[in-house]
Formats: sequence, C-alpha cells, structure tokens
Amino acid sequence: MKLPEQVTRIAVVVALVATLALLVRFVLIPRAYFSTAVHQSATVRREVARPVNFAGASACQDCHAEEWEKKALGYHKGLACETCHGPAAGHAEDPMSVKPFAPRDRKFCPVCHAYDAARPTGFPQINTESHNPLKPCITCHNPHDPVPPETPKECAACHAQIARTVALSAHALLPCATCHTASKEHRIAPRSALPSKPQTREFCGQCHAGGTANPDAPKVELASHGGGYLCWQCHYPHLPEGRP
Amino acid sequence: MNKREFLKKGAIAFIPAAAVLQALMRQAEASVAGAAGATGSPTPGYEPRDHWYGMGIEVEKCIGCNRCAEACKAENDVPPEPFFFRTWVERYTVKQSGETEVECISVNPRGERKAQDEREVLRSFFVPKLCNHCAHAPCVQVCPVGATFTTADGVVLVDSTRCIGCRYCIQACPYGARFFNHRTNTADKCTFCYHRVVKGLLPACVEVCPTQARVFGDLRSKASRLVRFQRMNKINVLKPALNTEPKVYYAQLDGEVR
Repeated sequence: MKLPEQVTRIAVVVALVATLALLVRFVLIPRAYFSTAVHQSATVRREVARPVNFAGASACQDCHAEEWEKKALGYHKGLACETCHGPAAGHAEDPMSVKPFAPRDRKFCPVCHAYDAARPTGFPQINTESHNPLKPCITCHNPHDPVPPETPKECAACHAQIARTVALSAHALLPCATCHTASKEHRIAPRSALPSKPQTREFCGQCHAGGTANPDAPKVELASHGGGYLCWQCHYPHLPEGRP
Repeated sequence: MNKREFLKKGAIAFIPAAAVLQALMRQAEASVAGAAGATGSPTPGYEPRDHWYGMGIEVEKCIGCNRCAEACKAENDVPPEPFFFRTWVERYTVKQSGETEVECISVNPRGERKAQDEREVLRSFFVPKLCNHCAHAPCVQVCPVGATFTTADGVVLVDSTRCIGCRYCIQACPYGARFFNHRTNTADKCTFCYHRVVKGLLPACVEVCPTQARVFGDLRSKASRLVRFQRMNKINVLKPALNTEPKVYYAQLDGEVR
C-alpha cells in the first residue's frame, strides 16, 4: 500500500520539528538552564572563597611559644587563644601592623566566670559584686595560667551555695570541719582529693542520741529511730529541719 | 521575498547563529563552574564525597558564655544587630512548678540576664543551637527555586544569587535556624563554616568554645572526634519525630529541650 503524498509530507515536517526540538534541548540550551549542579558548584566555590578570620588553635604556637606552654599546663589549656584574643588571622599574616585584642578590664572574664545558676556545677564562678570589686582580674590572676593567687581558706569561697544554706539552718554555728575533714590537697586539686563525709549513724548520734551532752540538739533513740536508714537519707545535714 | 525563500534563508542563518550563541553560553557556564567542573572538588585535594559532616554538643559542658555566637558573627559577617545569628545559646530554666522558661542569651549577651529566684528553680542549663544540617532537610524540600541544597559532604547551603527571598525556608525550618539577611535580601544560615572545614580548620564556634562543649567531625571517618563522641555518650537529636535526621547530636539532652 502506498501512503498518500500529503501524509509523507506532514511526516517529514513532524520529523523535522522533532529533530529541531531535541537539538535545541540537548545541544543548544546550556546545562545551567536545567541542571542544578552548575549553580550549586558555583555556590560551593563562593563559600570556599570566603576569608578565614580565625587562624586556628595551632597558628599562634610558633611565635608565642612561652604563653603557649604556660597555657598548656594550666586550667585554660582547653581554650583556644582566639577565645579571648578574638579573630587573629590578620595578625598571623602581618604580625606587626595588625594586633589582636587583649582583654585587660574587669568586664571580660565574668562573661564566663560570673555566677549563673545554669552554669555546670564545679565551673569556677564568682559574684562580681563581692569579689574584689573594681579590681581588674589580671592584677591577681594570670589569664594564661589562672590559678587563684592564694588558695581560699574559707570553704565558702567555693561552696557558697552550701554555706548560704547552712547559714539559715540549725547547724549554722558548726564549722565545716565538725563533719568534714579536707586534706591540703583538696585545695589544690579539689576533685582528686575529696573531703570526708560522715559514714555512720553513730556520727550524728554524738549529738543527737539520747543521753548525750549537747542540750540544744534534738534527741532521738538511735536504736529505734529510722530503722536501717542512714541519717542523711531523710535529713539533709546542711538544712536538717528542711526535710523532717 | 516569498515564503519558500524566507524559510531557506532562515534555516541557513539559524544554524551558525545558534552555534555562536551556544558557544558563548558554554563559555559563560564554564567561567561560573570553574575549571574543575560542576561536581568536582572545591579545593585541590579535597573530595566532598569522602566526608559527611556533623556536630556534637555536650549540654553539660556549656557555660553560656556566648563566645560561639560572637565568633560566628566575626567569622561569617553576620549582620551586627543582636537578633541576627547563625548559632545561638538558649538558657532553659525548669521551675519547681513544672513550667519551663527559655531565654535566648545571644540576644543580649553582655547585658543583664533575667533574674531568677533560685528557690523556684528546679534545674537550669544552657543549650547551644545552630542549623542541624538535616539529612532530610525541610528547607531544601520547600525552596521553590532550588536555591538551598545539600552538598556532597552533607552541609546545607544557600545560593544567595538564586534565592528570591520568599522566606518559605525560614517558615519550614523546625529548629528556627534560618533568618532573613536584610543586607542581601536572601535567607541566611549556618554553613558549618564550610570555607574553614574544606581547608581542614574547625568551624569558628568549635574553635573558640572554652569548655569543648562543641565537637565537630566527619561521620565517614572512624577516627574523627565526632564518632568518638557518639560512641562515648548517650546521644539525642532535636525533634526526632519529624524524621529530618539532624546531624547535630546532643549528649545529656534534657527532655524539656525543643
């Protein structure tokens, strides 16, 4: 069977248009018009080209070896230099004309070390109003090796929260050493040399058992009171009347 | 000129004109994409496909000093107004009554924090936050022009030349990690300091954190600090029920944190 001429002609036209469309789509239109890869790689390139402002932890070491070694042995060993001195990539490239920030006033250190209840327990914190007011921190503490200039003699210097609680309790007049013995090492390395705590019911019984000398202390019969529990499982010794 | 002649001449003129046009466009494309091609490495010797970045945050270690947010601003040229930030720190206060108060301390970093009556506080802690660089990022899904995307190494970036500033991604992010940069009139967000990371440096917030509450690493490397962090801690992510698969991993995360 022979196709009519008008059908062959229209088929040629259709084929031509289809070829042209495919040519335009796959050859003439640049890939950036339909593929995301091109503009994404351009974005990545733009991001990578951005300037670095923080030089990184090891960049300071070569010139400032003395400070670096001092810091590496102190409590601030985990801090990068740029935590306090600010971005210093410019200084690393041109040490003479670009000088990094050096905090010297009293505003800077309390950003980390002012008391805040949300800060983790054991993190050194001060009350800025009562801790040597108006004195810049660096007059007593070397920020590269920040040990207290003199280890505090009072327990309350570190255990302020407990001291405040005890002050309101019936145990207010008892010195901490009545119940705790702290070795000298506890002042230098508080967590590796923990002070002692009372271990037995008889320890509290020295004041609170029937027939003992102290007339002001409430008396209980040690043998029958509280069953097998230890005293501080029910009574908080720093605020004993708080949990009757 | 009759119709037949016009079509003939037109066809003859079309092919070379189109070829020239196409060559010009190819050239422009090449200059945009650079020599390494569309999917190649951004810096020599760096293969994005070998990496998959994430961050670990140890909530217990955060002291709420806000140095991370400040360093981020210094590194990434974030607008100076206090309410623009790519990373920020929240203070959670759970009261005796059971209610939880959240305060973003990055808004007013040096000023007075909200006074707390300590007798009412049950527990209180800081939570640093940033873009979670989700493996299934809602912001990437919703972008109508494909301006935001995930790189081969798992970092969600914004193409500021393509972004039309419709703010749909800001609405879509369940973590509130995006903001509208009024300078560029585009959406802006944390890039994990991509320009530092590809050079082997740490992100600025991780670099300056004084207590190592933030850990950055490559999840594809067995020896990375982040993999060790995941091995040594009980890990949680924010809003796991949304199946966004965030890549910011929190240790010791309180159930109150949203």
